[in-house]
Amino acid sequence: MSERINILKTYKIYIGGSFPRTESGRFYNPMNAKKESLGNICLSSRKDFRNAVVAARKAFGDWSDRTAFNRSQILYRMAEVLEGRRDQFITELMQQDSSRKDAEKEVNLSIDRLVYFAGWCDKYQQIFSSVNPVASSHFNFSALEPTGVVAIVANKDSSLLGLVSYMAPIIAGGNSCVILASENKPLCSISFAEVLNASDLPGGVVNILTGKKSELLSQIGSHMDVNAVCYTDGIKDELIQLKEASIENLKRVKSYTYDLTTAEVENPYIINDFQEVKTTWHPIEVIGAAKASY
Amino acid sequence: MSKNKIETEKMNWEYAAAPESASHIQLKEKYDHFINGKFEKPSSGKYFDSINPATAKKIAAVAEGNSKDVDKAVKAARKAYDNVWSAMPASERAKYLFRIARLIQEKAREFAVIESLDGGKPIRESRDIDIPLAAAHFFYYAGWADKLDYAFPNRKPKSIGVAGQIIPWNFPLLMAAWKIAPALACGNTVVLKPAETTSLTAMKLAELIQESGLPDGVVNIVTGDGKVGAEIVSHDGIDKIAFTGSTDVGKLIQKTIAKTDKKVTLELGGKAANIVFEDAPLDQAVEGIVNGIYFNQGHVCCAGSRLFVQESIKDIFIKKLQDRIETLIVGDPMDKNTDVGAINSKSQWETIQGYIELGKKEGLEIFQSSCKMPKDGYFIKPTLFTKVAQSSRLAKEEIFGPVLAVQTFRTVDEVIEKANNTPYGLSAGVWTDKGSKIFNLTSRLRAGIVWANTYNQFDPTSPFGGYKESGFGREGGLHGLSAYLKFD
Repeated sequence: MSERINILKTYKIYIGGSFPRTESGRFYNPMNAKKESLGNICLSSRKDFRNAVVAARKAFGDWSDRTAFNRSQILYRMAEVLEGRRDQFITELMQQDSSRKDAEKEVNLSIDRLVYFAGWCDKYQQIFSSVNPVASSHFNFSALEPTGVVAIVANKDSSLLGLVSYMAPIIAGGNSCVILASENKPLCSISFAEVLNASDLPGGVVNILTGKKSELLSQIGSHMDVNAVCYTDGIKDELIQLKEASIENLKRVKSYTYDLTTAEVENPYIINDFQEVKTTWHPIEVIGAAKASY
Repeated sequence: MSKNKIETEKMNWEYAAAPESASHIQLKEKYDHFINGKFEKPSSGKYFDSINPATAKKIAAVAEGNSKDVDKAVKAARKAYDNVWSAMPASERAKYLFRIARLIQEKAREFAVIESLDGGKPIRESRDIDIPLAAAHFFYYAGWADKLDYAFPNRKPKSIGVAGQIIPWNFPLLMAAWKIAPALACGNTVVLKPAETTSLTAMKLAELIQESGLPDGVVNIVTGDGKVGAEIVSHDGIDKIAFTGSTDVGKLIQKTIAKTDKKVTLELGGKAANIVFEDAPLDQAVEGIVNGIYFNQGHVCCAGSRLFVQESIKDIFIKKLQDRIETLIVGDPMDKNTDVGAINSKSQWETIQGYIELGKKEGLEIFQSSCKMPKDGYFIKPTLFTKVAQSSRLAKEEIFGPVLAVQTFRTVDEVIEKANNTPYGLSAGVWTDKGSKIFNLTSRLRAGIVWANTYNQFDPTSPFGGYKESGFGREGGLHGLSAYLKFD
């Protein structure tokens, strides 16, 4: 009996709830520190990015209309599914140079972070909204609405935790997003897309591309139907490039350098950063009896 | 009975003149910059004229700033920040702001008269809206100064440093208050540049600030045109930019500071949809539409400049609107009867006229009030265009004048689609008597402020600011604080 032949995984990208190959047909071949190939990874093109934005825009209306409770349950479901696939992610992280201990920690943190932000879905609105005591006869309140389609440049040094830590608050707040995965550690991003796909998350709410920042950064900044950018690599030149490209449609560009292994990233202010404040006014009829003191 | 019928057609609606007196105001011939608590001559030695747009005559000369003046002002602001203001207990900062609020109330009449003389807005508006709201803004933010920890749980808010603030000409003193009050309450110092056509109330505010005893350099005011604004934006000593004005200039500012760590808030243009459903209280809606577009001659970033009327009531509603427009009094801003005052400047008058000509050329149907027009100064009749296509420039571009573009719709989905089909997202209006429809509309319109069965209401406690290309950040309310704070 000969030894069984392994089935190797084909890594594809994730757009609109499907797993296409890059339309460009290109691939790249990242290596780990031992100079082992991580696989033939899709080298996504500008066209892939545009397709992903179309999918994200299409999904935005439905996702932002979902009840907060429903979004909360779906994020929690992701944590459940990820928990069930821990071993797969630990193996992939070790393949991408993590020690077993670090890999386990990263997967645990990622699961816990999903649970953390799942809990925020139906709470942040109450923290950041207000009823405003205007000096006229009006009922006036301010509430949050999601900014729209957010492009996330996932952290380059982290295959899973960097992606999850920012995706979670952004979709918890009702946005849809397009994520550019870590260029040199892309494996977990696509496996995570499989988690998303199994978690009742509507297709298009999260889209994941693999490829090169150097090719896609200016496109991310200049795309007119992207409303905000989340950047987490802390490289000044890249941030400036994003900011400059983002001017034409006044994208909200947010940059974070949180240490993801600590709890400092666990706060609702990240959710708030991808929200718009809407203030609504309505007159109050002043009727005589309103002044009676019964 | 019939002989008692009022023949409105023949009635003469003229009101006797009721001019506000300007005898009590004190205006200098020349205004210098306000730097480090003192009035300083411009280093260029040059002054430019501030014109009363209702008469096209000069009322005062104002210092023309340059990079040297800006540099001086920024240094004064930095010194005041480091040595005095950031070290002062927050409750003491608050007292200065309360004091400024009170002084504005005491001098409200003088401010109102100068605002109308310098900017052309009807005295009724400057008296009842601009000046009281400016005082209220200082009063509101004064109280926040020592309560910031409660506004941002778990965050340890801190002041940023020196804020550069550039404001427009449509609400001169009010915009100065919107900018200065929260900045100071949060512990920052400021360099403010008023718009070049409307610097006078800002300089009167400088005199008032001097009188209040506010430490030198906490507020500095440099006058001049856009070049002075550009100097402020690019100055290395500025930590935060707050700008209200056009979207084009907002984008230029973004470009200038992209390479820096400067924080920025932008309150930019708008092209608001004001939507009237067939079940709306029509007479109230007419008032709201008129207020939405002709308030302050339409020089309002949140003006309801696109009217959407449901097709079933189109004819009756437009007729009512036209009848109401006919009764508007256009003329002397100083007259208490005046509804629509002077266009702020000659160049803005030309811009608006250009759009009116364009509308005619595009073949749109035009209606203008047949009101009497003043002989001198810059005035434009309240104007209405019907049969406007979604693709018309009058439906797409911000005109910043008393020009309303009317479109019609049949269904809720259609009007939401049309209303949101703009790069702007500052404000919107909805008129219907049905509560569920209001909430459907107010939650689906992509705009920062939505007025339902009302329009153009403002309050210091109420956050103001836009979605999309109308800018980012909020002014007013608790939400207006974060623009002037940094967090760990």
